[in-house]
Amino acid sequence: MPHEIPSQIVGVDVGGTFTDLVRLDVRTGEVRLAKVPSTTDNQAYGVLAALEEAGVGLVDVNLIIHGTTTTTNAVLERKLSKTGLITTHGFRDVLELGRRTRPQAYGMKGQFEPIIARNLRMEVPERMDASGNVVTVLDEDAVLTAARALIDQGCESVVIHFLHAYANPDHELRAAQIVADVWPNDYITMGHSLLSESREFERGVTAAVNASVQPLLERYIKRLVDELSNGGYSGELLVMNGNGGMVSSRLVAREAAKTVMSGPASGTMAAAYTGRKAGIANLITYDMGGTSTDVALIRDAEPSVSSEIEIEYAMPIHVPMVDVRTVGAGGGSIARVNVAGLLEVGPHSAGALPGPICYGRGGKMPTISDANLLLGRLDPTKLKSVEGGVSFEEIEAIFQRELGDPLGLDAIAAAAAVIRMANTKMAGAIRMVSISLGADPRDFCLFAFGGAGPLHASALARELGVPRVLVPSRPGITNALGCLVADLRHDFTNTVNTALDSVDMNDVHAIFASHVVEGEALLAKQNISVNEVRHIFSVDMQFAGQSHQIRVPIETPKPDRKTLRTLFEEAYFNRFRVELSEIRANLVNLNSSIIGVRDEIDLSGLIDPSGRKASLDLAQIAQRKVRFDDGFHDTRVYWRDHLPTRFTMNGPAIVQQMDTTVLIEPGDRAEGDANGNIMITVGQPL
Amino acid sequence: MKLDPITLSVIQAGLQQVCDEMDLSFSRSAFSPVIAEANDRSDGIYSAEDGSLIAQGAGGLPVFVGTMQYSTRTLIEMIADGSVLEPEPDDIYIVNDPYLGGTHLMDVRFARPYYRKGEIFCWLSNTGHWPDTGGAVPGGFSASATAVEQEGLRLPPVKLFKRGQLDREIYSIICSNIRVADQRIGDVKAQASALAIGEQRLDALLDRYGDAAVREAIAELRKRARTQMSACIGTIADGVYESTAWVDSDGVVDEPLAIRLKITKAKDQLTFDFNGSSPPCMGPMNSVLATTLSSVYLAMRHIFPEVPISAGAFEPLKVLRPSGTFLDAQYPRPVSGCAAEVSQRIAEAVFAALVVALPERITAAPAGTSGNFALGGHDPERGRDFVMYQLSGGGYGGNADHDGLSNGCSTIGISKAPPVEIMEQIFPVLYHRYALREGSGGAGAHRGGFGLEYELELRRGDARASFVMDHGRYGPQGALGGADGACNEVTVWRNGVPHTPLHLSKEQDISMLAGDRVHVKTPGGGGYGDAFSRDPQLVLTDVELSRYSNAQARSLFGVVIIDGAIDQQATQELRREQRPVSE
Repeated sequence: MPHEIPSQIVGVDVGGTFTDLVRLDVRTGEVRLAKVPSTTDNQAYGVLAALEEAGVGLVDVNLIIHGTTTTTNAVLERKLSKTGLITTHGFRDVLELGRRTRPQAYGMKGQFEPIIARNLRMEVPERMDASGNVVTVLDEDAVLTAARALIDQGCESVVIHFLHAYANPDHELRAAQIVADVWPNDYITMGHSLLSESREFERGVTAAVNASVQPLLERYIKRLVDELSNGGYSGELLVMNGNGGMVSSRLVAREAAKTVMSGPASGTMAAAYTGRKAGIANLITYDMGGTSTDVALIRDAEPSVSSEIEIEYAMPIHVPMVDVRTVGAGGGSIARVNVAGLLEVGPHSAGALPGPICYGRGGKMPTISDANLLLGRLDPTKLKSVEGGVSFEEIEAIFQRELGDPLGLDAIAAAAAVIRMANTKMAGAIRMVSISLGADPRDFCLFAFGGAGPLHASALARELGVPRVLVPSRPGITNALGCLVADLRHDFTNTVNTALDSVDMNDVHAIFASHVVEGEALLAKQNISVNEVRHIFSVDMQFAGQSHQIRVPIETPKPDRKTLRTLFEEAYFNRFRVELSEIRANLVNLNSSIIGVRDEIDLSGLIDPSGRKASLDLAQIAQRKVRFDDGFHDTRVYWRDHLPTRFTMNGPAIVQQMDTTVLIEPGDRAEGDANGNIMITVGQPL
Repeated sequence: MKLDPITLSVIQAGLQQVCDEMDLSFSRSAFSPVIAEANDRSDGIYSAEDGSLIAQGAGGLPVFVGTMQYSTRTLIEMIADGSVLEPEPDDIYIVNDPYLGGTHLMDVRFARPYYRKGEIFCWLSNTGHWPDTGGAVPGGFSASATAVEQEGLRLPPVKLFKRGQLDREIYSIICSNIRVADQRIGDVKAQASALAIGEQRLDALLDRYGDAAVREAIAELRKRARTQMSACIGTIADGVYESTAWVDSDGVVDEPLAIRLKITKAKDQLTFDFNGSSPPCMGPMNSVLATTLSSVYLAMRHIFPEVPISAGAFEPLKVLRPSGTFLDAQYPRPVSGCAAEVSQRIAEAVFAALVVALPERITAAPAGTSGNFALGGHDPERGRDFVMYQLSGGGYGGNADHDGLSNGCSTIGISKAPPVEIMEQIFPVLYHRYALREGSGGAGAHRGGFGLEYELELRRGDARASFVMDHGRYGPQGALGGADGACNEVTVWRNGVPHTPLHLSKEQDISMLAGDRVHVKTPGGGGYGDAFSRDPQLVLTDVELSRYSNAQARSLFGVVIIDGAIDQQATQELRREQRPVSE
């Protein structure tokens, strides 16, 4: 393994609206940042523009780590490569039928477009039973005929997905050989290759997503690599995966489905990293943007990972991904008074266009952002700089008309009501995410990021009983930072599904050992120096007769039976407060993550030390009236980049910075640390 | 004291949150996959005075929308008249009696008094579908039962937990009368602990806002929910709306059962009159009153999903008691089909009546059956008996916005179907096909969604197949000129000879041997609007995807396709010639 220490490394994340970049010189600790509009057609242009804005000379860079929404967008918009399916006779519609669901509990409307069109789904005679015994031998001629037909129809990728291939992949392997002889490229995905677990719909969709984004991702990465090398770059390009780890750009397309949802994952990784450096291992991440809010849980500095994520209705991608849940409201969520005379915030959003009224792009509906502005939480002087031009009075008038009049309040009180409702709903949603993962929010610290997160975090924390809020130094570029700090990571799962009492523990130990061997071999293949290799092991268990499993972390790859039973019962009791010693336990899955930990990165340069002032007074840029729950307070406004390295301030206070506004409420106490974080200790309810 | 509207909204969100947390806790810790995965459960808060619904979890099974307020009311009345023991703190009553405000016997309800300063402030209650409650057949869906005693163990309200302690004696009576009893303790603990979670969370809410404020908010929210539902109803033109929906048979007597509905809209109120529907039936397709009411409520919630579930929202919906019909069954009529099948047909009647008034909101009829196929037998290889359920979906109705969804779940459910691979792991069956049922969507400007077609083989041993399905005689209704969806079809192939169930969609205990097969085609959704006005390009796409044949494109949609292309002129002519014909 080469041990070249890069001097400049770049993390660059392409999001839906902006492409964010962080460049760090690991020798000097100097940081440069850039934020440019994303270029949707070819994200590479946005990446290059960000590099240029940050003034990064590519010859000086040794490593670029990249998060991309190429695959996510392709799936959500169904702008996919033409993909064919070869599957077991009688089962071509599995991808379209799903699991007999509907998009919402109430309302009998719904639509679903499968990843692969019906006329491109071919059936061939073959069949395994659930034990992996051959029931019908594979008709090899039929495979060849199907492959040719798909080529004739212009398919670029193909999925080979047979029933029970997780139990015996022979037919899939053989069919893949046959197809490979005639298929013009390598875009052949076997159903069992990404996910070797039963459930034909979920496994099939995962494979179909992989195949249908593979060519797109490969082309995109190739373009980017070409552009970068034209610019003089000769280092390695790594790409973020949805599990919060990264892989070499040379390998990434092979399992392209794993890059779906990588953006939210990198934000969570940055949170975990920042928290660890600040000595806080348990965090709830709270990323509030313009249209939505994402929440994830970090325990013992490890983000919760799930292999059962559905990225939209009936679109499960069952590979390990950081478990980021979208809980609704964003700054653009619209407030209205319903016919019952009750205030509602969301679910409708003004989105980016027209956006909130205060964007000046023609928005006419009151939103959360507008309410923040009316209350003085957002800087009202910024209104002058918006393109369309909109005045405070216009916003006030709309609030009066749409909300104040029907509620019998003035416009400012109506705005305060909007914030209170929004916070109540968001706190409820965060609480549901947290308890569904078996965690009591009071044991966590809230990590606030995204453009609007730090504005609401303190109020949410108070509502949730969360004692502290951590606001990182650059909340608006957290995803790019996540790229910078991410580790190399490979996840493995084997299904055992046997009663704990009868499982052969030697087999269990052998499976864990094989994960380690395979994971370390994959790490060695990548041209990146790692500081140490970490192993994380866990088992999924359940009581016999149950369908839910819970994940139980284990210390060693050689657990004994009794320990597993004890750990499982403890975990179960902690989660559900139910003790079930009378029932037998099943061992379902064995999971390992093999992680190549990269060198520590110094975050202190994220806020330029030379810009910091000696005292809080010198960092103050304004004072204005800001409305909190108990009324208006004269509130000092500070500029984040000017704050001294260490400080303590009492709320109410506002800290503004380029990409966000931090609200410190009356009763709160905020402190700065060496890495530029603000730690808010939440005061008692007013 | 007058509450400000914001505190009111915040308390409303708080009450909702309590219920949602109960729902979450119940399914996450439940044992039975019916509850844990299929979410066949519901949790709510009910008033101390009359059991009326204060708030209910958003993730509950739709069919339970209204039922628990009736069972709670009955419990309160029985306590008052002395037929049930007085409550004490931490007691939990158990009840599954259908005639006391329930559904079928499998839906077991727990109710816990919630005390505040020594007084009952409200009731917390939940329902969970138990996999078995005894009776003639495993699972409780006997298509040929003629009395409730054949359907399982019937529990009047009794205290299963006394001051927090499980009553071992009552529990042992229950366990001695149900199948797979050893795992039930897991569900009982989950169901009880969900109520305990509700109590904790309600404590927090009341401590924060004060008992008086919450009490006042509950009363005010009830009024406002009524206002909101009235406003929705106000969008319907005054008048009388009528419909008829059919249940194939009761499973015992092979005659269709009619649901005849007359809805009168006047003064922001809807009156639902089911009189004129068929009399009580011999077989298990009777509905108890609570289920009939709940079916109306859930249909209205499908139409107006923005109105939160509460007693206030139900007030403008006046359902005349359908005495003397099969929609108001009395002891000892068998009722196992009421929640799964009859409720869906009641919803269909509501949709069919009101679609003319609310054409943007309401779809043509969805498949409307739970598609219950049970196979019970002996697996000689594993040396044990088994009972397998295959519930399946069907097409949804076309609607103003788009075509109907294919293979959607039942109108009253929200559960997923199990994967074929899991079924084959557990049971001695092999599926030969699990496919979209071509041509099944009812034709329309927006066609119905497609049903499901599956065929499976018994691999070893012997077994008995039972079917409790519906829409075998009449397909799901089209709307506004759309055609009906395809009917449900069942064929059992025994020794190569096809057998069609006597009642088409229902039959009990059809014996099967290894190698015999079951072939099921579930209904397609009804079409919406005139099929001859459907965009020919959409018809062509459906033909390209083999969803309809060329011949169907012509006969159902009036679109002529030649060599894969639309013959515009022939299509125009065909559509002109045939469209104006009225019978």
